[in-house]
Amino acid sequence: MSAFFALVVRDLRLAFRRKAEVLSGLFFFVVVAALFPLAIGPEPATLRHIGPGVLWIGALLASMLTLPRLFENDWRDGSLEHMVLSPHPLGLLVLGKITAHWLVAGLPLVALAPVLGLQFDLPPDALSMLALSLLLGTPVLSCIGAIGAALTLGVRGGGVLIALLVLPLCVPVLVFGAGAVEALGSGLGAQAHVSLLLAMLLPAVFFSPWACSAALRIALE
Amino acid sequence: MRWETWSEFWFMGGYAWYVWGSMGMTAVLLIFEMVQARQSHRRVLALASAQHSLESP
Amino acid sequence: MTMRWFYYAAPQTFYGLAGRLWPWLAAVALALTVAGLWVGFAMAPTDAQQGEGYRIIFVHVPASWMSMVIYLAMAFWSVLGLTFNTRLSGMMTRALAPTGALFAFLSLWTGALWGKPMWGAWWVWDARLTSELILFFLYLGYMALTSAIDDVRRADRAGALIAIVGAINVPIIYFSVKWWNTLHQGASVSLTRSPSMAQLMLWGMLLMALAMWAYTLAIVCYRVRTLIIERECHTDWVQALPEVAGAKA
Repeated sequence: MSAFFALVVRDLRLAFRRKAEVLSGLFFFVVVAALFPLAIGPEPATLRHIGPGVLWIGALLASMLTLPRLFENDWRDGSLEHMVLSPHPLGLLVLGKITAHWLVAGLPLVALAPVLGLQFDLPPDALSMLALSLLLGTPVLSCIGAIGAALTLGVRGGGVLIALLVLPLCVPVLVFGAGAVEALGSGLGAQAHVSLLLAMLLPAVFFSPWACSAALRIALE
Repeated sequence: MRWETWSEFWFMGGYAWYVWGSMGMTAVLLIFEMVQARQSHRRVLALASAQHSLESP
Repeated sequence: MTMRWFYYAAPQTFYGLAGRLWPWLAAVALALTVAGLWVGFAMAPTDAQQGEGYRIIFVHVPASWMSMVIYLAMAFWSVLGLTFNTRLSGMMTRALAPTGALFAFLSLWTGALWGKPMWGAWWVWDARLTSELILFFLYLGYMALTSAIDDVRRADRAGALIAIVGAINVPIIYFSVKWWNTLHQGASVSLTRSPSMAQLMLWGMLLMALAMWAYTLAIVCYRVRTLIIERECHTDWVQALPEVAGAKA
C-alpha cells in the first residue's frame, strides 16, 4: 500500500516539475469549450442546451491529450521496467500512476468545468451536477485511457491512436455523464445516471490496472 | 415468380437506387475483398519464393 | 480430441487444412447466396408498408449479424491466444478483422439506404445503428493498433487485448446507447421495428446470413494461409511448398 502512495507522490512531484504539460491540457479544455459557441452561435437557449455535452466532450478530449505521457517518460528512462520487475504487484503500481494522472489531469477539469459552464449560461444546479458527473466520470476516463496508453507504448502516432482506441470505449461514460446534467435540467432527476456512473467507476478501477499490467508486459517484452 | 417483366425488376417499385445501391455496394466490396486477398497471397508467395532462390542456389 | 485441436494449432498443419477447406466453403457460400437472393428477390412478397424497398434487409441484417459474430470470434481467438500463447490465434484474429469491418460498414451503408426512403433521413441515431457505428470504430481501432506496431508478436498480443477489452465493453456500450436513444425521443422511428415477417422474408434473410457466414469462413481460411506463408517464410516446410518453389519472384 505504501508503494501505491509513494508512486502517487512521485508522479505528482514529476508532474509539478513540468507544469507546462499539465497546464496545456487545461488550456485545451478552455479553448475547446470556447470554440463551440463560436461555431454554433451565441444564442443562450442553444448554448444552455449543448453546454453539458460540449463540456463533457472537452473534458474527454483533454484527458486523451495527456494520456501518452502516462507511461512514456518512465518507459524511456527505464523506471517502467523496474516497476514491472519489482516485488510489488504491478496492478497496484499502475493504479498509483493512474491516480496521479487523474489528480493532475482530471480533477482540475472537474474544478474548471463549472466556471466554463457559466459561459453556457447553465443554472447552478446544472453546474453542480456537471461537476459531480465529471468527478465520477474523469477517473473512468483515466482508467480506460491508461489501457490505451499501455498498449501503444512507444508506437508512432501514439496520441491519435490512443484516441481512436479509447474514445469508443468511453461512450457509456459520456452518455451518462452528459446525460446526468440534461436529465436534471428536464426535471427527470439524475439519480439513475449517477448510480450508473458509480457502477462504471468501480469495475474500471478494479479492471483497468489488471488490463494495463497485461498491456505493459506485452509492450515490454 | 414475382416479377412480370425485367424492367419491373430493375425498377424495384421505385426503390431502385436504394435497393441496387445496397446490393451493388455489397457486391463491389466483397469482390474487392476477394481480389485483394488473392493479390496479397500472390505477392507473399513471390516474396517467399525470392527467399527460396536466395537461400538455395 | 484435444490432441486433434492442438495438432491443427500448428501453422503448418492448419495451412493444409485451410487449403482444403476454403474452396468448399466458397462453393457453399455461392450456392447459399444464389438461393438466398432467389428467395429474397424472386419469391418473397412485397411488403405492405415498405413496398419493394424492404428487400435491403436481405443484406443489411445478415451484414449486421456477421459484424457482431466476427467480433466475438476475434475476442474468442484473442482469449485463446493470450492464454495458450499460440501463433495461429493472432493470425486468425488479424484475418477476421478486415471482413468484420467490411460487414460493419455494409451494415451502416445499407442501413442508411434503407432509412432514407422509409424515414426521410440518411442517418437516424437509433440504438442499433449507433452501436454498429461504434463497433465499426472498434474494428478500425484494432486494425490501426496492429498495423502501427512493428513487432508482429507484440502487435498480435496488443491487438488481442484491445479486442477483448472491446468485446467486454460492447454490451455496456449497447446498453448506454439504448438508454440514450430512448431518452432523446427525437428519432421516433426505429429501424428495429421490422415489417411483419412473412415466412419467405425470414428464409431469405437466413439463407443470406448463412451465405455470409460461409463466405467469411472461406475468406478467413484463405487469408490465414497468406499470413502463415508471410510469417513462416523462412521455415523449411514453406520453402518446400510447390506454390512457393514454383512462384515467379
